[in-house]
Amino acid sequence: MHLLRKIGFYLVALWAAVTLNFFIPRALPGSPVDAVLAKLALRGPVAPETRQAIEVMLGADTDRSLFQEYFAYLGGLLSGDLGVSVTYFPTPVSQVVGQSLPWTLVLVGLATTFTFILGMVLGTLAGWKRGTWLDSLIPATTILQAVPYFWLALLFIYVLSVNLGMFPISGGYDYTLVRPAFDYPFLSNALYYGFLPALTIVLSSLGGWLLGMRNMMVSTLSEDYILTAEAKGLSPRRVMVMYAARNAMLPSVSGFAISLGFVVSGSIVVETVFSYPGVGFTMLQAVQNNDYSLMQGMFLIITVAVLAANLVVDLLYGVIDPRTRARG
Amino acid sequence: MSTPMTGPVPPDHPAHDPDPNVETASAIARGELGDPALQDSLEQGRTGGDGSPVLEDPVLTVKDLNIVYEVGKGVHAVQDASFVLRRGEILGLAGESGCGKTTLAYGLNQLHRPPARITGGSVTFHDRDAAADVDVLALEGSALRAFRWSKVAMVFQGAMNSLNPVLSIRTQLGDVLTTHRPQMDRGERRRRSEELLELVGVDRGRIDAYPHELSGGMRQRVMIAMALALDPQLMIMDEPTTALDVVVQREILQEVLRLRRELGFAVVFITHDLPMLLEISDRIAVMKQGRIVELDTAENLYFAPQHPYTRRLLGSFPSLTGDAGDFVRAGFSGADQEATR
Repeated sequence: MHLLRKIGFYLVALWAAVTLNFFIPRALPGSPVDAVLAKLALRGPVAPETRQAIEVMLGADTDRSLFQEYFAYLGGLLSGDLGVSVTYFPTPVSQVVGQSLPWTLVLVGLATTFTFILGMVLGTLAGWKRGTWLDSLIPATTILQAVPYFWLALLFIYVLSVNLGMFPISGGYDYTLVRPAFDYPFLSNALYYGFLPALTIVLSSLGGWLLGMRNMMVSTLSEDYILTAEAKGLSPRRVMVMYAARNAMLPSVSGFAISLGFVVSGSIVVETVFSYPGVGFTMLQAVQNNDYSLMQGMFLIITVAVLAANLVVDLLYGVIDPRTRARG
Repeated sequence: MSTPMTGPVPPDHPAHDPDPNVETASAIARGELGDPALQDSLEQGRTGGDGSPVLEDPVLTVKDLNIVYEVGKGVHAVQDASFVLRRGEILGLAGESGCGKTTLAYGLNQLHRPPARITGGSVTFHDRDAAADVDVLALEGSALRAFRWSKVAMVFQGAMNSLNPVLSIRTQLGDVLTTHRPQMDRGERRRRSEELLELVGVDRGRIDAYPHELSGGMRQRVMIAMALALDPQLMIMDEPTTALDVVVQREILQEVLRLRRELGFAVVFITHDLPMLLEISDRIAVMKQGRIVELDTAENLYFAPQHPYTRRLLGSFPSLTGDAGDFVRAGFSGADQEATR
């Protein structure tokens, strides 16, 4: 029941997002038909029939009311029809999104999750053994976080790829060697190409998790239940993990929910620097080419991703913090 | 000994934690607090009607214990504390805030944290189940952890905060058993945990509850159940009822007294509530600035306090009927008060 109510809430949020996604581009100045014509005009003169053909293709030729168009849009969404991309003409938007999404989900998703877990583990240890050498992890990682994201990425490319030749300079995989498939050659190649972008993401966001967790650990360790656990004669490991860290990580989990939501959208800089074929890179292409339907498709995917990540963490939070659990 | 009232007496060991019910509230409203039958109940609880459960052989000997907080020039929080605790005895530890009573109690179990450091003295535990005495201050590592809770259990001040909010009661009770009784299997642990809850008057159905689902009184009962899990010979209670209202406070105290009678553990009971200590303790140690200034039976301390500070402490509790400072004895004269300043 509780679960159904939660899912219902997220469905309403999704509907609101989809509706906004429909109306906002229509409120923008300029027309997609003009944008396509301008692009075509670069290649040579455009015949008047072409204009009409493009209007038909983009659905701008009919006299349908906004209301009717809205329902046509919703119907299109349900059947997976997001329109045709101008940038990658005439590929359908759903296909462009489908091609870029897995790259981002795997690269940024895994990197973010790994950073979170690493930050929690190191933060727990640094808080538990405060005053030891582990404390020096904090200024070290905070400096890496303070360095601009793209600058760190460029530095890595310059030193590790260009000078030392240890890693590829750009791309998601070597298309001269492998084809996308679920086999060892492709996956190992993709891992090799993804290592440097992932390293950039991990290093540039580890400091925040580490610092937050370490400080929460320190304040949790002064709680009465820690003293009780010690008086109970529990092993230090059990006290550290189940009594201190379990409580100290609660605020970080909320933060993780937010950052998971931005996995899909928040990678524009890294993907651009590494020319990584993910959502961020595609989005930049869409904006540069006035590709409205692609942008709309991207926004939709980002919205769905944020909502889905929030739902997952919402449910997860109930598992790790019994106080947020509704009980009948 | 006229027993000071701290509240009306609720029914014995209720299975559920009662809200202050209408009857109790109206009893207070009607001013029926002077009922002598009610007044005697704790006194009876202590002696159990059939003599004191206190045995003559000692359970803990503390000799010249010194604990220093190593900050600045150093704060000497406990100075040359010495006492012998007998089996089944309730020793009250009284004194104002910051007098070192909690530091002393934590030192008995090496629970003090840096910058506190034990600079001298000895704590010897006379184990009922082993021939050799235990030098508590020499214990460390796993030997210390094994000693904790199985011999000396603790109940802490903050009933609200002593339980881990994210673990169920079953897990937290089970933690003690898994650590100290690794041979017990799941079913045995569950049975023992339920048994313990019933022992302290909490419904066994609450075993899967989380701390936030329990009232303050129930949480403190759960803490006492946890303290009893390994049948300890000594229980240190650090202001276990301070955060509770007087009705629940009295229930918990009766529970402790009953359990002490049945199970025979000794208690070091820390509080600043001297009237309460007078009711429940066999002996009382009064602490001031890190020193035990007076240690005597509750009766002697009450009728013939030797140290001026004890007299001042006794005089600072108001009486329900007389003037301020009139709580204890008629004959507590102005001259005495002068002398204590």
